[in-house]
Amino acid sequence: MDFLSMNTLGFPILTLLIFLPLAGAAVVPLTGNDNISRLWTLLVTMVNAALSLLLYFNFSPDSAKFQFAEHYQWISAFNIHYTLGVDGISLLLILLTTLIMPLCVLASWKYITSRVKEFMVCLLIMETAMLGVFMALDLVLFYILWETMLIPMFLMIAVWGGPRKTYASIKFFIYTLAGSVFLLVAIVALFIHQGTFSIPELMGQQYSPQFQLLVFLAFFIAFAIKVPMFPFHTWLPAAHVEAPTAGSVILASVLLKMGTYGFLRFCLPITPGATIYLMPALQWLSVAAILYGGFTALAQQDMKKLIAYSSVGHMGFVTLGIFSLNASGLEGALLQMINHGITTGALFLCVGMVYERNHSRELSDAAGLGRFMPVFVTFLTFFSLSSLAFPGTNSFIGEFMILAGAFENNKILAAFAIPGAILAATYMLRMLQRVIWGGTSNPDHSKLWDLKLRETITLAPLLVFVFWIGLYPEPFLRVIRASLGNLLLQTGYAVP
Amino acid sequence: MDIITSYKPLAAVLAALAGAILVLLSRRHPNIRESWSFLAAMVMLGIIVSMVPDVAPAPYGRGLSLHQTVFYILPGVSLSFRADAFSMVFGLSGSFLWAITVFYSAGYMRGLKEHAQTRFNACFALTLFGAMGVAFADNFFTLYLFYEVVSICTYPLVAHHQDEEGYTGGRKYIVYLTTAAKGLILPAMILVYVLTGTLDFAHNSQQGIFGADMGGVLITIMYACCILGFAKNGVMPLHSWLPGAMVAPTPVSALLHAVAVVTVGVFCTTRVMLYVFGTDLMTRLNLGLPTAYFVSFTILMASVIALSKDNLKARLAYSTVSQLSYIILGVSLLTVDGIHGGVAHMANHAFAKITLFFCAGAVFVMTHKKNISEMSGLGRTMPITFAAFAVASLSMIGAPPVAGFVTKWKLLTGAMEMPAYSAGILAVLMLSTLLNVAYFAPVTFKAFFGKRPTGEIETGVKEAPMTMVVPIMVAAVISVYLGLFPDTIMTFVKAVTG
Repeated sequence: MDFLSMNTLGFPILTLLIFLPLAGAAVVPLTGNDNISRLWTLLVTMVNAALSLLLYFNFSPDSAKFQFAEHYQWISAFNIHYTLGVDGISLLLILLTTLIMPLCVLASWKYITSRVKEFMVCLLIMETAMLGVFMALDLVLFYILWETMLIPMFLMIAVWGGPRKTYASIKFFIYTLAGSVFLLVAIVALFIHQGTFSIPELMGQQYSPQFQLLVFLAFFIAFAIKVPMFPFHTWLPAAHVEAPTAGSVILASVLLKMGTYGFLRFCLPITPGATIYLMPALQWLSVAAILYGGFTALAQQDMKKLIAYSSVGHMGFVTLGIFSLNASGLEGALLQMINHGITTGALFLCVGMVYERNHSRELSDAAGLGRFMPVFVTFLTFFSLSSLAFPGTNSFIGEFMILAGAFENNKILAAFAIPGAILAATYMLRMLQRVIWGGTSNPDHSKLWDLKLRETITLAPLLVFVFWIGLYPEPFLRVIRASLGNLLLQTGYAVP
Repeated sequence: MDIITSYKPLAAVLAALAGAILVLLSRRHPNIRESWSFLAAMVMLGIIVSMVPDVAPAPYGRGLSLHQTVFYILPGVSLSFRADAFSMVFGLSGSFLWAITVFYSAGYMRGLKEHAQTRFNACFALTLFGAMGVAFADNFFTLYLFYEVVSICTYPLVAHHQDEEGYTGGRKYIVYLTTAAKGLILPAMILVYVLTGTLDFAHNSQQGIFGADMGGVLITIMYACCILGFAKNGVMPLHSWLPGAMVAPTPVSALLHAVAVVTVGVFCTTRVMLYVFGTDLMTRLNLGLPTAYFVSFTILMASVIALSKDNLKARLAYSTVSQLSYIILGVSLLTVDGIHGGVAHMANHAFAKITLFFCAGAVFVMTHKKNISEMSGLGRTMPITFAAFAVASLSMIGAPPVAGFVTKWKLLTGAMEMPAYSAGILAVLMLSTLLNVAYFAPVTFKAFFGKRPTGEIETGVKEAPMTMVVPIMVAAVISVYLGLFPDTIMTFVKAVTG
């Protein structure tokens, strides 16, 4: 167990982080009225967020080991363990998750008016499952939590969603479940081959090329649907458009990262041979996603759809960075996963705020909001600039590193990704122009009100991170370097 | 060149940002609001002037380079500022012109009772924030950051009128500039980083930052990206945002054409040419002459188009396109005098062109006339305005004793210093001078000696308000001053080539 660095904090922090929301969820039905259940959920998620900060401050950035580890026998007949651990790859994603959750509660404060308690239970179970996925070091545990995420998300869309919620939720469910089946296949195959479910033990083993290829493809389908990579993306716009704001935010900020996290956690270290073999194809697929996402976003009238397709493009950058298989690309990709979580989450929050006032997500209905909601459009401007990778914001650093990695790897290919950056600028600026200024005649917005304190508090923390990462990314890069360096060694890929 | 740490370049940049914030905060009090703009401009000018004794070369000063790093972003990439002789040419002229433009725009905007003056003033200050950030950028990343800040912050200024024409012009403006920057500068910058591991500028204009062993093809591609990608420099074929942006209010046009936007474009282009690639490398790879001929096309073509324009602002816009390429032409000659001429023209062109636009604005405020053909005889009504116009056109033409003469002299001697093939460049300079005469002289001539259009009567002298006339006179006088005492600028310019 030399890859685990056992927890020395004196209490099982990871278990606590995972099960605190679940325990909180159990209390929600007992709360008296809706407001108390909202406050309770906010409290639980905030305590969890505060608790997760301990991880950052006690994390030793020089070690590539899984830290704060907990390791217990679970089902001995199948050699299944309850193993948790955090390394540089999962640390920031965990922090992102705990940061996003209180904001989701705040964003649902007025948005969700029916079945409030049930919604809060869904949110809390969601948090448990998401944190668990990032911490699990045993494939069975991982798989159980992975599947657990599906249910509350499905319910969020199906119960609290928009007019086409049935279609969207079932599409989301089928796509993700189809992917999960392949994930299960890969897990079983690895178990039969190695006799263990321990993720760290499975890394760095010698598998035959055929076996690697098959396992890789099974993993790949599961994760590519989740990212979503082109051409597995069609569930995403539907789910985003119909989901309530909190659902969209969780989906964009955290769930999409599950896919790329899977690539980093499983594909690269367990099946490095297959990854390197398929690298060119994966890179071109990423570029296709970047361009496809960009062009499609350009054509959208619905703001949520626009941001959903922009996610396809941005996640294309992330996968491009991952499959460039060099330090710059990997670090950029992981940082960009965080950036996308912050920026796109914030943009969905913004659209949700417009929807709460205007009851429309159409760009044409939102034209010219700038005059009546100056504070709102200021936030929107900064988040949109971040989304188009404006220098000085978080996404620029990520995109810069990813493209540096891509150029290092293959200059022609990287050049094809550049139009994606142009497209991002074009569709974001187009949206900004429409929302802030509109045309020569705009719909009447004089009855709309600017941001309330609660809404400002929801957006402000994300804005801080936009500029913090954009101007001083070192505190974030510091913790991911060792683990990604180790990952790169495990893939054994040398620049040709 | 010795380097010392100093907060001053950063402070100069932040002065404009603080100005913008204060403008937004005092939106209900127009007088206080404009005072903040003016105060910020004066503070900025003061800080920049206070750097002169440190930065100016001996015997005038200590010949230092002032540095300040704010954030380390990645290894070899930081947000940092520097003030060296090259940045002072732009810093001094830009901050000075901002101060007088504040006065002028207050008069113009109030004279026409324009809407959204707070937004206008705030964006104006933010544009200067970006422009000074470019002037004092210490590396490619900082340069790119502030270049983009200028692009975004000038959009509301260009689309200010919020009518169909404004939106069309604004869209064209932002699409051209951001597309070129994202599509050409970003990859060039990333390639520079991948190849050299740093984005810091070199400390002199010869060495550049590339090693001697690096492949010529890739460097040439990056170089081409940089020449075209800073589309604010107006080099054809990516120039047409500039005439499109003419829909903006005149102070904006003045700002665009003289102080901030286009000068930012040529400043970035030449900064990267000299301090990323360096004259040694450009000589080795023979990049200078092709660049010179490439921009020569713009010089001539834009002048020809200017001839055909009756709208005064459109004619001035094409004149700008043409004049900007002088700057790049001068630097790409790669001779000492050529570089001096080109760099000095940044300041010389700025003072002359802002005078011309100020005059066009004054005419518009007083008479609502936009076309040159309607202005005949107007010189007798607005003598100061048109006298200033005449002085500034002389500068554009390159006649003594106005500042433009210094530029043209240096460019001509620079071309003659070239080892070979200089005849073509000389011919371009001659021809473009003639074209300049052809499109500037008739404006002044008709204004003073032409007949009034039918239906108008002589009204006697009726000048624009003092807030407009004084800036016009100041800018014109400085053009003459720089022609008579060129060392004010040339001291710094000469330090660029060491």
